[in-house]
Amino acid sequence: MPGRRPLAAALRTPTGATAAVVLAGLLFLAAFAPAIWGAEARHVDVAHLLEGSSGRHPLGTDNLGRDVLARLLVATRQSLGLAVLAVLVATLIGVPLGALPAVLGRRAGRIVNAVIDFAVAFPALLLAIFVAIVAGVGAQSAVLAIGIAGAPSAARLTQTLAASIAGSDYVAAARLAGVPRRRLLLRHVLPNIGEPLILNLTLAVGGALLAMSGLSFLGLGVQAPAYDWGRMLNEGLERVYVSPAAALGPGTAVVIAGLAFNGLGEALAQVVSTRPVHGGRRRDAGHPVDEPAPVAVGDEAPVLTVSRLSVHIPTAAGEITPVREISFTVSRGEIVGIVGESGSGKSLTAMAVGRLLAAPAYATAARLEFLGADLRAKPTRTLRRLLGTSRAVVFQDPATTLNPSLTVGRQLTEVSEVHQRMPRREARLRAVSRLRSVRIPSPERRLRQYPHQLSGGMRQRAMIAMGLMGEPQLIIADEPTSALDVTVQQQILRLLRQVNEDTGAAALLITHDIAVVAETCRRVLVMYAGRIVEELDVRTLCERPAHPYTRALIASVPDMATDRDSPLATIAGRPPQPAEIPDGCGFAARCAFATERCRAERPPLLPLAPGQSAACWHPRTEPLPALTDAVSA
Amino acid sequence: MTALRVRDLSVRFDGAGGRSLTAVAGVDLDVPSGQVVGLVGESGSGKSTLARALVGLVPITGGSVELDGRPLDQRTKGRRRVQMVFQDPYASLDPRMTIGETVGEVVAAAGRVPRATRAAEVERLLELVALDPAHSRRLPRELSGGQRQRAAIARALAAQPDVLLADEITSALDVSVQGAILNLIRDLQRRLGLTVLFISHNLSVVRYVSDAVAVMYLGKIVETGPVDHVIADPQHPYTRMLLDAVPRLGAATRPGPAGADGDVADPHHPPTGCRFHPRCPVGPLVDPTRRLCVTESPDDGASRRRHRSACHFAEPAPASQLTKVAKQASEVG
Repeated sequence: MPGRRPLAAALRTPTGATAAVVLAGLLFLAAFAPAIWGAEARHVDVAHLLEGSSGRHPLGTDNLGRDVLARLLVATRQSLGLAVLAVLVATLIGVPLGALPAVLGRRAGRIVNAVIDFAVAFPALLLAIFVAIVAGVGAQSAVLAIGIAGAPSAARLTQTLAASIAGSDYVAAARLAGVPRRRLLLRHVLPNIGEPLILNLTLAVGGALLAMSGLSFLGLGVQAPAYDWGRMLNEGLERVYVSPAAALGPGTAVVIAGLAFNGLGEALAQVVSTRPVHGGRRRDAGHPVDEPAPVAVGDEAPVLTVSRLSVHIPTAAGEITPVREISFTVSRGEIVGIVGESGSGKSLTAMAVGRLLAAPAYATAARLEFLGADLRAKPTRTLRRLLGTSRAVVFQDPATTLNPSLTVGRQLTEVSEVHQRMPRREARLRAVSRLRSVRIPSPERRLRQYPHQLSGGMRQRAMIAMGLMGEPQLIIADEPTSALDVTVQQQILRLLRQVNEDTGAAALLITHDIAVVAETCRRVLVMYAGRIVEELDVRTLCERPAHPYTRALIASVPDMATDRDSPLATIAGRPPQPAEIPDGCGFAARCAFATERCRAERPPLLPLAPGQSAACWHPRTEPLPALTDAVSA
Repeated sequence: MTALRVRDLSVRFDGAGGRSLTAVAGVDLDVPSGQVVGLVGESGSGKSTLARALVGLVPITGGSVELDGRPLDQRTKGRRRVQMVFQDPYASLDPRMTIGETVGEVVAAAGRVPRATRAAEVERLLELVALDPAHSRRLPRELSGGQRQRAAIARALAAQPDVLLADEITSALDVSVQGAILNLIRDLQRRLGLTVLFISHNLSVVRYVSDAVAVMYLGKIVETGPVDHVIADPQHPYTRMLLDAVPRLGAATRPGPAGADGDVADPHHPPTGCRFHPRCPVGPLVDPTRRLCVTESPDDGASRRRHRSACHFAEPAPASQLTKVAKQASEVG
């Protein structure tokens, strides 16, 4: 997962790796070239003036007969060094200026911002040339000029980064507590913008190198007898038609160095901006597990058959298995809930079933069948169409799963146009009817709107409507209401049930809220540490859950009947990380009823009563007292 | 005695192109000393803006905030008397500072503890929120969500506040952890006599921790009263709608009343009269004779209705509440 070490991740991309190798080479040259080729670069040879390229002088010689290639290599230090100096100047001016608004009051901050805005708008190269001429010709003034010209963008960068930190909750909290402004800047703002700031300024060296070479080329920068690539380009250009190598050499060096810096920046930006999203690269739920396990088939043919499904994620510390050999079925027209805390594996299960796992996660299963089609197989056109039209997916945050740059209508009709080959007009009519069926008022108008013009509840309905564009047999809803308000949550759950009743589509509802599951589903799977610990119908869930974890989950959530005078039941400890799931029962460490057997031997999921299975050596049998009172009351 | 007294508070944001938004529109709210007042409402109701305005993170456009009868000034140097715990403990702790540094910084800023005993004070605060003092050397990312929220609470307590604002402090946490944080808030409130404004969209949570409750809709408080009374006998149809929407174990989804599919109105253009009327299941949507809801604001006369309900059709207040209102009015007058 990218994030913590963007540099390391960037170096693993092809662009990043190439750029890094080139940069390392340049740094090596800057460090050692003067020592190795310095003598040769200085060696005046009047017998060979202004020669073209030859075996002895691959890039020819200059007007004093010195080897151009040696001079080119030696000039690396001067070229890079001046660029680095220029960036340092830009940093010294720009960073304090950009950080100022974060410490100043609202009004003074605005004035500084206006100054920065104005300076950024001024063309940097023009400013550099202007300063260079005013300050006099020479390397020093060129460095100063490029530094001053680069300062506004350094200031802008600092200001943007600092503003995002200044707006964070932890700075707000520190400010509330009366922490002085200066300390806010030094302790909270600067340390947190340091990493991206240093990174970006390092990359600015590439730009400074180009600018520096430009000034030297114009004769405003490095003066003889000193030389950098820009100056060599200038000298070489005079006789470019006679011996092109003398000009091409330094030119190529500038281009390569510029490309290397920009390439690294490009790779870094890519790593930082790619977050693992559901729409990311997908890997198939391939890899069959050998021995097929028996599957319980109900009286109706199941829509979804899952047998011994595991989800694996390779990490730097080895492979983890957050979902471990779970088996379940979803029958036609059934709403099944999967409930569990974060890290229980419930969402990964849903993703695996929907063939939506983002790489590098992958699934293995003995059986994974959707409407009789093997989901482990390579995706054929038939399978894709089956998934596209018969399976609908609703995610937690509709703001991120709808494309912000396409109208709602376009996104809805796309489904039918692509998978059902429906003409656009017909698809549009269907979209209107689907939006109406999810009770979105004035659907014709909504079709022309963009996702941001819809409220959260409305977007979630639009997502469901999108699923209904096909003929869904299964709706996978992953925390569809967690980002919504209670009243909207109720609307969406009601809608889900209505769709289920009207179309007979089965649904798999994943949530952390056991009350939501209890209100909406017929059957519930309780997941803990990657396994199903209890499977039961909703009535049993409310009256007689057997697994201590299920009971603890119910008891720890206050409802409208909770006794206000006694503390809420809590579950001590925290769930095990996927890497450290114990051999025995995953819940044993937190369970009040755990024995030696629980810690040593993993309890299998076994039937206890009709419609109830639990993976527990000591299943509870007494009814839930508080709850039955509440239900009857 | 009233600890926090908010009168006619308004917060307006001036957007681009003259699109101003009144997020808090004339709110009256009392948080009595040593009590927990729950503030419920949906997103967009203005409850978080109200909290941010109370601590000075958002400028107040109109109205007054008093603490023990004196105007509250959060800008003065020294101890800040109102502290806030934020929703997301992953965002409210500086990722580069240890828990001890974060809490210690506030202890230092509050300036009530001599330098020599600051470390001991940090330890005391961590113990107060049931965090192992050894955690003071850890970075936030080394702690679980629940532990981080405990640290955030310890930081707020470090300023020795008179009033604590808790803004959705459990909604970013896992269910099994929520309970422990709620227990902690109740425990702290009882042991330290804390005055708490507890903001949440979850009525069951508010019911569990609060003595009194205020229901907010589109920038206004529409009903307020002792939590038992409001839940047993809700007067405002919006309160009833919220109560109906609470998911319950053992209750299948019920068909919703009329208006239940409506969305919160656009706060840029709040509806005329009663702001709830386009969604109201007893308003003009179902009963066209109730034009009153479209034309008249129900705010006037709220004090004469039960739970100060901002609904034209709420029941009148019982005699006891009216005498209290009269007494308060004479105190103010």
